[in-house]
Amino acid sequence: MALKIVKGSIDRMFDKNLQDLVRGIRNHKEDEAKYISTCIDEIKQELKQDNIAVKANAVCKLTYLQMLGYDVSWAAFNIVEVMSSSKFTYKRIGYLAASQCFHESTDVIMLTTNQIRKDLSSPNQYDTGVALTGLSCFVTPDLARDLANDIMTLMSHTKPYIRKKAVLIMYKVFLKYPESLRPAFPRLKEKLEDPDPGVQSAAVNVICELARRNPKNYLSLAPLFFKLMTSSTNNWVLIKIIKLFGALTPLEPRLGKKLIEPLTNLIHSTSAMSLLYECVNTVIAVLISLSSGMPNHSASIQLCVQKLRILIEDSDQNLKYLGLLAMSKILKTHPKSVQSHKDLILQCLDDKDESIRLRALDLLYGMVSKKNLMEIVKKLMLHVDKAEGTTYRDELLTKIIDICSQSNYQYITNFEWYISILVELTRLEGTRHGHLIASQMLDVAIRVKAIRGFAVAQMATLLDNAHLLTGNMQRMGICEVLYAAAWICGEFSEHLENPMQTLEAMLRPKVATLPGHIQAVYVQNAAKLFATVLKSQEGNTDSTAAQETSQLMIDRLPLFVQSANLEVQERASCILQLVKYIQKLQQKDVEVAEEVSALFAGELNPVAPKAQKKVPVPEGLDLDSWINEPPSESESEDEQPKAIFAKEEPKHSRPRREEVDEKELAKRREARKQEQANNPFYIKASPSSQKVYQEAPGVEHIPVVQIDLSVPLKVPGLPMSDQYVKLEEERRQKERAEKKKKEKKKRKEKRSGRGKKHDSGPESEEDITPAHQVDIVTEEMPENALPSDDDDKDPNDPHKALDIDLDKPLADSEKLPVRSHRAAEAPKSPTEDGDATSQEPKKKSSKEKREKKKDKDRDRKKSKEEKKKKKHKHEEKGEDLLGGEAEEPVVQSEETNEVAAPPTSTSAEETATVAAAEAAPMPEATSGIAPDSEPDEPKDTEMEETKSSKHKKKKQKKEKEEKEKKKKKKHHHHHHHSDGGGEEAVQNGTVEEEEPLPPMSNYCLLAENSYVKMVYDIQGNLQDGSQVVVSVIFENKCDSFLKSMEFNVLDSLNSKLQRPEGSGPHDGLTVPFQLPPGVSNEARFVFTVQSIIMPQKLKGTLTFIVKNEDSSTHEKLDFKLHFTCTSYLITTPCYSDAFAKLLESGDLKCSSVRLEGVNMPFHHLLARICFHHHFSVVERIDSCASMYSRSIQGHHVCLLVKVSAQTVSIDAKCDEPTLLGNVLDEIKQTFSQC
Amino acid sequence: MIKAILIFNNHGKPRLIRFYQYFAEDMQQQIIRETFHLVSKRDDNVCNFLEGGSLIGGSDYKLIYRHYATLYFVFCVDSSESELGILDLIQVFVETLDKCFENVCELDLIFHMDKVHYILQEVVMGGMVLETNMNEITTQVDVQNRMEKSEGGLSAAPARAVSAVKNMNLPEIPRNINIGDINIKVPSLSPF
Repeated sequence: MALKIVKGSIDRMFDKNLQDLVRGIRNHKEDEAKYISTCIDEIKQELKQDNIAVKANAVCKLTYLQMLGYDVSWAAFNIVEVMSSSKFTYKRIGYLAASQCFHESTDVIMLTTNQIRKDLSSPNQYDTGVALTGLSCFVTPDLARDLANDIMTLMSHTKPYIRKKAVLIMYKVFLKYPESLRPAFPRLKEKLEDPDPGVQSAAVNVICELARRNPKNYLSLAPLFFKLMTSSTNNWVLIKIIKLFGALTPLEPRLGKKLIEPLTNLIHSTSAMSLLYECVNTVIAVLISLSSGMPNHSASIQLCVQKLRILIEDSDQNLKYLGLLAMSKILKTHPKSVQSHKDLILQCLDDKDESIRLRALDLLYGMVSKKNLMEIVKKLMLHVDKAEGTTYRDELLTKIIDICSQSNYQYITNFEWYISILVELTRLEGTRHGHLIASQMLDVAIRVKAIRGFAVAQMATLLDNAHLLTGNMQRMGICEVLYAAAWICGEFSEHLENPMQTLEAMLRPKVATLPGHIQAVYVQNAAKLFATVLKSQEGNTDSTAAQETSQLMIDRLPLFVQSANLEVQERASCILQLVKYIQKLQQKDVEVAEEVSALFAGELNPVAPKAQKKVPVPEGLDLDSWINEPPSESESEDEQPKAIFAKEEPKHSRPRREEVDEKELAKRREARKQEQANNPFYIKASPSSQKVYQEAPGVEHIPVVQIDLSVPLKVPGLPMSDQYVKLEEERRQKERAEKKKKEKKKRKEKRSGRGKKHDSGPESEEDITPAHQVDIVTEEMPENALPSDDDDKDPNDPHKALDIDLDKPLADSEKLPVRSHRAAEAPKSPTEDGDATSQEPKKKSSKEKREKKKDKDRDRKKSKEEKKKKKHKHEEKGEDLLGGEAEEPVVQSEETNEVAAPPTSTSAEETATVAAAEAAPMPEATSGIAPDSEPDEPKDTEMEETKSSKHKKKKQKKEKEEKEKKKKKKHHHHHHHSDGGGEEAVQNGTVEEEEPLPPMSNYCLLAENSYVKMVYDIQGNLQDGSQVVVSVIFENKCDSFLKSMEFNVLDSLNSKLQRPEGSGPHDGLTVPFQLPPGVSNEARFVFTVQSIIMPQKLKGTLTFIVKNEDSSTHEKLDFKLHFTCTSYLITTPCYSDAFAKLLESGDLKCSSVRLEGVNMPFHHLLARICFHHHFSVVERIDSCASMYSRSIQGHHVCLLVKVSAQTVSIDAKCDEPTLLGNVLDEIKQTFSQC
Repeated sequence: MIKAILIFNNHGKPRLIRFYQYFAEDMQQQIIRETFHLVSKRDDNVCNFLEGGSLIGGSDYKLIYRHYATLYFVFCVDSSESELGILDLIQVFVETLDKCFENVCELDLIFHMDKVHYILQEVVMGGMVLETNMNEITTQVDVQNRMEKSEGGLSAAPARAVSAVKNMNLPEIPRNINIGDINIKVPSLSPF
């Protein structure tokens, strides 16, 4: 027995340790896997022994094997055993192994809780340290919950070594067990001022990580961090703090302003590049957040750009890279300052480092102008030639196309140049972006009419040399351009100089090696060309030429008839038969050219990306109802996507209504969008529409005879884009000279939408005129498309919500100079006056627009009146429609003087006028039936409304009549104090053609005395979840001058008035104007709020001096500002599918309210909720509507409003129940008042 | 946050891997391969930043690396870390290794992976930078090594004797064979 033990221990002496294992593996390079598996067997044996040293050794080896990719989780229990050894050596091995291979689903972790707790409270600080380090890697929610308290006490450990580890691990604990954050936070904050720099740094680290995710909650720490920033000398800490400030400034502009100075000082003083760079970065962030007109900060921008230039010019590639990275951030807000460094950025394109080149490319996109586009692209083309890797070359190619085509080819002055660039790009080997080039060619050729002749010539050359493009297998990607080339040559064949030659080129036998979808286009366009050739040849007396052409077709087409591709086969056999028939006719000397070309007559116009969406739904058609019983999932309801040449009208199906629930609707809409995305008819600006090319089958399977081309390609006869650069330069010079001659003479615009300045300074952007008179053909819109602008915008764009605010000024009386609710900078400065003046012309113009529209409507009305009798019935129906979107089609077709689109839009005023226009002819039409309606032209909206409502009443059924009458009365009541329509639009394109809404205003009385009256409105600031803007209108009611007005409120803990820097918390804000007698003006005040879930009131005082000729007196007026919860809501549009998802998510709490005795039309009700409570309508179906709004802090508020017989029930959901309850109360309040 | 720290040699053989986020072993190996592929094809005189691989991270993540003789030190970090700061941290880490191993070379890392881990644990903890002061790091590492030695006591004596025999001349032999530049020459870079 004793012998056995001795033997065992001797064996153990020769156990492999880690070094032996490593050495062994290195000695068994050939059969490493086998060797390791025997080692693992040994380890398994070792783990079975009782000796902890052996076990620890085994675990140590396992850690190594884990690095090599072996799963060692089977030894988890042994690892725990080793962890619980009392010896530091083994414990450390155990914790290391655990930290490498434990994770949340390792079940033995739950066995470790007590062991870890014991280690944490060990008298040996290194036991504790090892446990903390290990725990930081495998902490689970359970461990976090159980150990949070122990770790928290360790944060006050006497040894800084433990303190800093405990502080750091708290972050992991917070992540796994968020409930611990609040109790631990005070202590964490305390550690920011720990005497030990390591602990301090750890605390900064943790708070920075926390704040990065939720910066709002850490704003209050800003002063403390500010202090640290100015006092700390540790660069690590400084960098972290400065990065943190970068995240905080967007939320708190005041902070940004305060930061600029110390940061610029740091930039000037520090020698540490890392610190300098982070300072510059944060200054940029500050400037971006302040970008709303702080003129005195241009110096800071200059400083940043200068410093970045130094970085970029540095020989250190790292600095260069970072400099470019930061530059691209500035580019977004201050493109001008970056543009001046174009030389440098172009230089970076030559850099050997791909990371740097890519960064520079990104910058280029924002730097092009009409003047330098050619030059930049030329440079990029050089790079394309030089680039060795395909990825980088492809990147260059897409960038070139991006840059040129950006904002609707805005910067291209010479399209011939662009076409030749595209043609040159086809020479790229092995690019994946053939389809991109092809789509650009098509787009330009179709939309720029003047270029077609040139484009066709180029394309013909391409087709002629097609073998060069397709010869090599590697070039298969590029052959997509032949698709475009063939189509362009066919469609615009009238521009071809030698159509016969092109026809032959298209019918070469080699074409059969092209992918099917391209062959199909070849065949079809060969037919088009054939028609053109026939036409040109039939004029001749000799008919043999024409017959030869037909013979050529008959000879070559059978090749395609045999094609394996169905599309090609089908088209080829059709055309072959057609040509045979033509040949027969030709032999009888019949003139056929006219008829053949009639096959392809008519212009194909580009269709606007949103055209499909804008096709108004015809009367009575419900696109969402099933025509037949619902089929199985995958069935598609649209046309097949392959038919490329048929110009299809939207198919109308017979309407049949069915009840469909919202979810279903959303789903279908999604499906339709999907389908549209894959539909080639649905031309979109984005290249994604071209994806259909890639889906075409069989590219790889077509046998291709390889021709090895060792000579670099130069397609003969193709122009080089370079020559255009020179030509363009000459042309511009000439133009400039010319311009000097007739300096003051007015010149006509060559291109629409292009204002020309007449200053004779250095050549400016606008001075460069395009070489040709290219008019970019406007894309086609469907007849009676709705020119609503709002769907041009991304629904997720935060600026959309701001737009609504800008519209609001029109809602109230015009005497107010400013009513924009953008968040103002905290201190009221002269900039605001500038703001006010800039606001005015805009307003005026929109007013003019409205005026014009009205005129137009009147014209329309007149023309309508002539036909009213016929159409009266139709119009009634039209008005009855769901969303009221559809203009009666019959009306449309007969009224020739009315162009394309009736002016409907989501803007409320316009709705009103349209509705008025619709209603206007009615009185006469219905005069026989409704004797009380007046025949004269209605002059004000009031009249029109009455009539329209009356008209409606007529056609609706009797049961509604009673209700309508009440409604009408109500309107009269409202209209008495109406002075222009001031309603909120009902959102999402559903333009109401029901009665216009009564005017509404959100301004309510703040305070009033014999001198002054104050009304106010509160709006949230979307950009900043903690700000609201209070707009106060001051009206002078007396006949004295009001001066030195000072506005002050008593701040509460939750809400504070933003005061300018340097003023105390009790100082008042000076109102930036004086009021002469009878005048009113508006001032805005910014408040910061923390919690928005409860309404609250703030007491305040306005002090002012009343001055007449002989005396002046101090007066004051007390007021109470009421911050309702509504004022924290921001009208945010929401699409129904997003809405449905939101509701499904289940994060929202439910609540509901019932309003009795509300007798107003449903759309008035909705409009009121929209207007007074900042909601937007998501969807409305009959007497039920879903509405959405969002709070400034991002709470979603969803309403489902139903009305039945004077009872309105509102079911509401929100992620914050208190907020919801308060909002509902306020809604109830609103309706109890009316 | 640091998401991962990888050390591998010029052939992509891992010398130390430390993930601060869980990945299964095969995934870890894939990440190492991908990272090696990305890093190894870059010249020595290009910048040390790479916009992330596809497997680890995403748009917010960057690979920041340094190449010393035969070894690549790669840190995968998110945007809360300063790029230049991390570069400096790598330098601090390598200098610390150099101090602890007295002229560190790849072989030290190969045979003493555990020790490298212990050193790293004093620099980075749970993905966050713990200490950047080299003296502080080496002090803590030394104290712990001394503790380990003192714990060895009698029971570990025979094993240590054997391993001493086994290890005799061990580091020298391979070093003598490859008299190349396997020693990681730590260039003295100016801090920050």
